[in-house]
Amino acid sequence: MVFGYQTSRNPLNQLRDEMDRLFTGFLGSVGDGGFMPNMFRNQPPVNVWDRTDAIMVEMELPGVKNDQIDISVTGGELTIKVNRPDETQQGMVFHRRERPVGAFHRSLRLPVEVDSNRVEAELRNGVLTITLPKAESAKPRKINVTGADQGV
Amino acid sequence: MNNEATITKPTVVDETTERTRTGCCYRPNVDILERGDELMVIADVPGAKNDSIDIHFEEGVLEIRAAVEPRHGNGFLRQEYGVGDYYRTFQVSEAIDASKISAEYSDGVLTLHLPKSEAAKPRKINVQASA
Repeated sequence: MVFGYQTSRNPLNQLRDEMDRLFTGFLGSVGDGGFMPNMFRNQPPVNVWDRTDAIMVEMELPGVKNDQIDISVTGGELTIKVNRPDETQQGMVFHRRERPVGAFHRSLRLPVEVDSNRVEAELRNGVLTITLPKAESAKPRKINVTGADQGV
Repeated sequence: MNNEATITKPTVVDETTERTRTGCCYRPNVDILERGDELMVIADVPGAKNDSIDIHFEEGVLEIRAAVEPRHGNGFLRQEYGVGDYYRTFQVSEAIDASKISAEYSDGVLTLHLPKSEAAKPRKINVQASA
């Protein structure tokens, strides 16, 4: 960095940003996770499966309410943003803290074209399930073989 | 796709009794905290239902068990976590009034309230000044 601008930021933050940038270029930017999805970012794990007529995406989000989830589908990419609030109150003394809090997001490139108008999401018992119906063009179709019957 | 990344949740290794159902048993993430006269144990058990959670407290050992029904189809494109029952035990060192333990469950989070027994509550002792 020859022409570094003078910033008032903490050098540690700068270093972290540098590292982030390095790894982003390294592991593939559009957060499909690269090969180490959970190590560098605070990303919750996802399960994705194919249900012939739809792509299903599931994420475990215990303690998260409907309005703390933001789901969007744009240009063949699904983005899930979650904010799990810190519910620490005055007078709480923690002995153990394992449950993650804060904001995190996850982007997934969808393998097929989906009908973004019919995407549905359901949150039940802390499990978020997103149904992404496949676009007509992406649905499997049975093709009948036609041929002139020549009565062989 | 890549199965190495399948199990991201820590699993229980030292389970003493054998299970009748096959499948993995996961260790839920917990917060343990003290607030006033009670100890709180908050556990993430997403996918469990109210009636599938079993809590047991005996001789200072708190045992949490939550059965989770399998819910996936086939044809994984990406599998980063497994789905299965939760199990975890704790040795509670504080004196707890076992009869007053209560639990609530909502949105995949189990919250346990363990009130301290009278003997364990902090007491302020006033020093009497001798006239």
